[in-house]
Amino acid sequence: MDDFKVIDNYLMVRMPEEIDHHKSSYISTTADEFIIREKVGNIVFDFENTRFMDSSGIGIIMGRYKKITYFGGKVYTINTDTRIRRTLMISGLHKIIEMME
Amino acid sequence: MSQSNTLTEEHFLLNRLKEKEENQSSGDRASNEMKLEFDAISANESFARTAVAAFIYPLNPTLEEISDVKTAISEAVTNAVIHAYDEEFFEKYRDLDDGNELKIYIHCELFNRHLHVEIWDKGKGIANIDLAREPLYTEKPEQDRSGMGFAFMEAFMDDLEVISEPGFGTTILMKKKILV
Repeated sequence: MDDFKVIDNYLMVRMPEEIDHHKSSYISTTADEFIIREKVGNIVFDFENTRFMDSSGIGIIMGRYKKITYFGGKVYTINTDTRIRRTLMISGLHKIIEMME
Repeated sequence: MSQSNTLTEEHFLLNRLKEKEENQSSGDRASNEMKLEFDAISANESFARTAVAAFIYPLNPTLEEISDVKTAISEAVTNAVIHAYDEEFFEKYRDLDDGNELKIYIHCELFNRHLHVEIWDKGKGIANIDLAREPLYTEKPEQDRSGMGFAFMEAFMDDLEVISEPGFGTTILMKKKILV
């Protein structure tokens, strides 16, 4: 359950080893609960442990982006490897979120 | 009634085979082949992509190539799980199908270093393939789908063909060369 942590005004989400449709709704609904309950302004997706992500991961980030930016917040990704960065760029997400190395 | 359905299905399957043959490199015999059949449930998405990745391991693919193939397979199988056998399928077409199976089928062939993957279902089919293939188009935005499935299959594989007929299912043909 430490996969979701609130630090100041940021919700930190530690993404699982494999992100696909099977896992995605748990991540989305849990993140949304935190966004509403803890009233966080920004969200950070941490990909340190992630070895696989398909377009379901893009869906998770896009969905949270819509909610967070509605209140003027920002979406960040950290610890992305080259393959995940490539996936984010093909989808165009790199234009609207902050990608940290 | 049931006979006309059978005829149409046969017609569709024949067309599918014909298109498949046209897509294949002429006259080559596959150097390796495998087939999978599994239930259309989300838990099998990871099984399917891992199995196809294992199938190409003997070619010594790079991590990037493995990741490309896994992503493309995951997209195709996820589409079948989410869209092929959805509420619309049960409302409109379920009674046409006398079998009880909601399955996804994968057929992989290797022609030297060329991987050919065929993934098909017997679900509701796609009415407008061009629209479905558009990036960001999704039928199920409420489920947080990004609409990037076909775009990813296209980006990560060398070639993508989509064959579909409403009521009879969808076939995805993908090719990728694994470099030496």
